[in-house]
Amino acid sequence: MSKVLLVGFDCSECSGRALEYAVEWAEASKHQLIIAHVIDWSPYSFNTPQENEERHKRREAELDRAHKEIIDPVVSELRERGVYARGVIRHGHPAETLCAVAEEFGVTNIIIGKTGSSRIKTQLFGSVANTLVQTSQQAVTVVP
Amino acid sequence: MRKLGIGPALALTGLWAPAAAFAQEGVDQQINQAVKPFADAVSGFIFYSFPLGGVQIPFVLVWLILAATIFTFYFRFINIRAFRHGFQLVRGDYSDPLAAGEVTHFQALATALSGTVGLGNIAGVAVAVSLGGPGATLWMILAGLLGMSSKFVECTLGVKYRNEYTDGTVSGGPMYYLSKGLAERSGKLKILGKVLAFLFAIFCIGGSFGGGNMFQANQSFSQLVSVTGGESSWLADKGWLFGVVVATLVGLVVIGGIRGIARVTSKIVPFMAVVYVTAGLVIIFIHMSEVPLAFSAIASGAFTAEGISGGVIGVLFQGFKRAAFSNEAGIGSAAIAHSAVRTNRPVTEGFVALYEPFVDTVVVCTITALVIVITGTWNPSVDPSQGVALTSAAFESTISWFPWVLTVAVILFAFSTMISWSYYGLKAWTYIFGESMITDVVYKLLFLFFIILGSSMKLGSVIDFSDAMIFAMAFPNVLGIYFLLPVVKKELDAYWADYKAGKLKKFGKAANRG
Repeated sequence: MSKVLLVGFDCSECSGRALEYAVEWAEASKHQLIIAHVIDWSPYSFNTPQENEERHKRREAELDRAHKEIIDPVVSELRERGVYARGVIRHGHPAETLCAVAEEFGVTNIIIGKTGSSRIKTQLFGSVANTLVQTSQQAVTVVP
Repeated sequence: MRKLGIGPALALTGLWAPAAAFAQEGVDQQINQAVKPFADAVSGFIFYSFPLGGVQIPFVLVWLILAATIFTFYFRFINIRAFRHGFQLVRGDYSDPLAAGEVTHFQALATALSGTVGLGNIAGVAVAVSLGGPGATLWMILAGLLGMSSKFVECTLGVKYRNEYTDGTVSGGPMYYLSKGLAERSGKLKILGKVLAFLFAIFCIGGSFGGGNMFQANQSFSQLVSVTGGESSWLADKGWLFGVVVATLVGLVVIGGIRGIARVTSKIVPFMAVVYVTAGLVIIFIHMSEVPLAFSAIASGAFTAEGISGGVIGVLFQGFKRAAFSNEAGIGSAAIAHSAVRTNRPVTEGFVALYEPFVDTVVVCTITALVIVITGTWNPSVDPSQGVALTSAAFESTISWFPWVLTVAVILFAFSTMISWSYYGLKAWTYIFGESMITDVVYKLLFLFFIILGSSMKLGSVIDFSDAMIFAMAFPNVLGIYFLLPVVKKELDAYWADYKAGKLKKFGKAANRG
């Protein structure tokens, strides 16, 4: 049975390793691959009026940049290699948003990289991998 | 961006030297004298008063309260019936996840609140309770509740008639709903709308230099002096220095575009608000046994004001006045901040705006008032310019080190209020003078100059003048709103029908809650 794999990708080294892992898996078993990029954003932040005024414009610019510089090159390269891949770009909390995207696209497996943050930092701020493992309804693979 | 930003901002520091030197020479009194006739004439006109029950009641106050009462009845107690729905909107129950990244209801509300929660909640309330007695608290709360309806109308209109530019930025506020909204009603009203919008913009610029700027700088400096030793403080005669420092920081944000400072402030300000409210609650809790007494003093004082000048009317006036100055309902300023929200139903931002006077007046102001009443620090002979010092003393009587925290809070509140008002003023300024790099910078330089002026001088008449300009905004704003009430009614009825019929889509966890 064909699966839908979701990989979180943000240009970082570790997310690159997660992507490689996911691509190998998708190529070997002819699975579909969704490459998701989440732009960190909170609906509850405090902004200046100036920031609010320009928010819509900035959002467009952020999406545009994410498409051009992060997702589109990867997706087109994979398609040339014959992998069934598509890109998704969203704003939000990384782990929560990946979960939501997984629900939306009927994803069966989520693959993410491990950021390798220090223990204290993880204790204080949590890590995307930890949160995802705890909350996701799908199987999660964390690539070291 | 960063490099480009700091250069001009630092260069500005040089320009301020004359202003600082000017203030340093101790010409406070001369300036006060020079400005006084003009300031007195303006405040005399805006605060035109008529005698009622032995007190002089300013017409503008009647104007605001009457409007808030009419709006409350016209929209059948929207301040109460939409209260719960407003919370659902703030929480994001109706926010489409695909629109994530846009300005949310919460963000628009938080930005507007950081412009209103400020010295009015700390200094103004102390003055109201001192001059009006504990009973003023009750009238203040009532004014806050009624003010919610004014904010509802303003902010709905602000979103409905905002300008959306091709580059994706938005501009909104009374200037736009007065000019576009009235023109839409009828051809005859078009000219009136233009005149009202123009007057509003003029007053808004004045208010941004006065209450939104000099008053804030002045009061935060006086708190800083009193906490560092009062008259004997090293800082006592260095208001100009404080002004230059604050003006530099504000300049870095508004001219230099150094978003870091704004970002840090916008994170600390809500935190300070929480600290302030918590400290207030702690004091109230410590004095738990006196709370019933305080409440009865508030309730009885509101109706039987013995020994307060002007009796009940005097008490009512003090409460209403300080509530209006603090939450700015009917003034029109908040509509500018709220109109940045991303929504296709303008009335939703109206519901969210209900929380502004509620948080500002019904919660924060009431806590300040309770602390002052319970600790018995209110003093009928207080000088209205010493409001912060009085609140500080009230907190100090229970938590000895709190004045230091309060000083930080006051300066931060003042800073964030200045950032907000510099934006309100700029919007009004560009409405009149057009949008260009030069008009932009001219306004901002003036704004910074007034910060130094405000913090370096002891200016009774300037404070009066700043009050006057902010209240003046209410005349064109409210007058125009009366003509636009049917527009809001139509929006509200259509939305409320959809809401009651369950036609509005909920998202995420809210969808499961049903």
